[in-house]
Amino acid sequence: MNAHLGYLGDQHAQRLVPAESIVRLEKVSKTFPGRDGQPVTALQEVSLAVPQGSILGVIGRSGAGKSTLIRLVNGLEKPTAGKVIVDGSDIAALPEAALRHARRSIGMIFQHFNLLSSRTAAQNIALPLEVAGYDKAEIKARVEELLALVGLTDKRNRYPSELSGGQKQRVGIARALATKPKVLLSDEATSALDPETTRSILDLLARINHELGLTILLITHEMAVIRNIAREVAVIEGGRIVEQGDVFEVFTRPQHEVTRSFLADESGRALPPYVQNRLTPEATPGSQAVIRIGFRGPHATDPVLARLARDLNIETNILSGSVDEIAGRPFGTLVVGVPEQVLGTTLDFLNKHGLDTEVLGHVA
Amino acid sequence: MSPEMINLIANSTGETLYMVAVAALIATAFGLPLGVFLATSGKGELFAAPWVNRVIGVIVNATRSTPFIILVVAIIPFTRLIAGTSIGTNAAIVPLTIAATPFIARLIEGAIREVDQGLIEAARAFGATPLQIVRKVLIPEALPGIVLGLTLAVVSLLGFSAMVGAVGGGGLGDLGIRYGYQRFMPDMMLAVVVVLIVLVQAVQTIGDRLARHLNKRIRHA
Repeated sequence: MNAHLGYLGDQHAQRLVPAESIVRLEKVSKTFPGRDGQPVTALQEVSLAVPQGSILGVIGRSGAGKSTLIRLVNGLEKPTAGKVIVDGSDIAALPEAALRHARRSIGMIFQHFNLLSSRTAAQNIALPLEVAGYDKAEIKARVEELLALVGLTDKRNRYPSELSGGQKQRVGIARALATKPKVLLSDEATSALDPETTRSILDLLARINHELGLTILLITHEMAVIRNIAREVAVIEGGRIVEQGDVFEVFTRPQHEVTRSFLADESGRALPPYVQNRLTPEATPGSQAVIRIGFRGPHATDPVLARLARDLNIETNILSGSVDEIAGRPFGTLVVGVPEQVLGTTLDFLNKHGLDTEVLGHVA
Repeated sequence: MSPEMINLIANSTGETLYMVAVAALIATAFGLPLGVFLATSGKGELFAAPWVNRVIGVIVNATRSTPFIILVVAIIPFTRLIAGTSIGTNAAIVPLTIAATPFIARLIEGAIREVDQGLIEAARAFGATPLQIVRKVLIPEALPGIVLGLTLAVVSLLGFSAMVGAVGGGGLGDLGIRYGYQRFMPDMMLAVVVVLIVLVQAVQTIGDRLARHLNKRIRHA
């Protein structure tokens, strides 16, 4: 693939001022003793900073090391090398008692909810407070507050077996927030839920982030999760972070193969089979060049193909297209075919108009 | 059936219940922490002490593989030390307790190992100490399994208690052997068996009901 990446929109300039990071991983490596004596490397020199109040998503295939990464942040795993700084203290260096205390300011939610089946919704939410030694009246008041926050006041006396997946995760979220943490870790929290429930849980997380100013670090293998709520993303593969930055930037201009493969799962990115099957890397006599055009931000709605036809008299052949929203901003993708002889002119024209272009190949 | 016979049966039933109840209580008091320890002290677990775990495991297995009647006789000096005598109902409680403790420990270990590891992880994540995890997570979550295990242990103790006649422990089993078998009174034998069946049924039914009541994993209609 041949990427033509020009022009960097100045609308993202405000990102250059870094917010203070509340979670910081510095060259963290983690190796596990393997079954056959051969050590297994889960993470290699991973550095990551989560700005205060942001939502950072780490996306990766299973086995990429994302579970290990999130467990390092609350000390469920210890790094083999490197530092894990949360709210100013090195989690990896804390003695057990101090670590337990630090964990009260780091909430965590799980893919399979991990609620106690023997406790009701309210009792599950109360558990971290009991453990932290709050008195009964305080616990009662705080639990009511949390039930209201997650919209489960009427389910307070239900056992987890009587709740739906989405309701269970709401209890999980309320439990994670019980001790008023500064950071929330989300370990594939929506992976066991259907798309509609996923949406409502993500909305809840976004609301909590917004209203409570809670920093959220989430790991997922689902592109939709990142696209819907994350502001920053890190792509992890083989224990290394291969790409990171603003979600819109990363997903509209993916640099790494893995990032592209996640995008390919999304509608509009994958080429229709009738084009894909005929695609060749080299131009042949009479072939057309296939270009992917990315419309970002302010250009997402420009009638650029019409202008191409009017100003340069170039006819394009639309092969596929879509308009999506990434991190709350519109992003359009259009795959078009143009005659080989005007490829250069077309690319120049499109780039001049602030659009991203990528030559995918040629079809006869 | 003569009034004397009914009296004998009533007395023996009382002795059996007394021996089994006291032995079950003491064995649970020892077996519960032992079972919790066995379930949580493996490599990489909450109270990781793999060597101690292995040693205790061997002792538990050794006790469990000794036939009960041999255990009763073998520990007579120990019984005398604890109960002050080696004969009688109180003395019989000592071997019953010693036989039941490792059995109960293994049953409780099994029940606790059934608890989802994710719950331990969640509890660690919100800052619970290992002891809090045992008290507030493992035991409550394993409770239905623990109750079923204890039910099984009590039923087994009813069986074991039939053998303590060997040291003058009394009870229903002893009555059955001395009257039913040695004096050839089939009606006495039948009565003893019937009472034991009723006792086992009662214990099992109560245990099952209690376990079901405690189990919130299943939606109750």
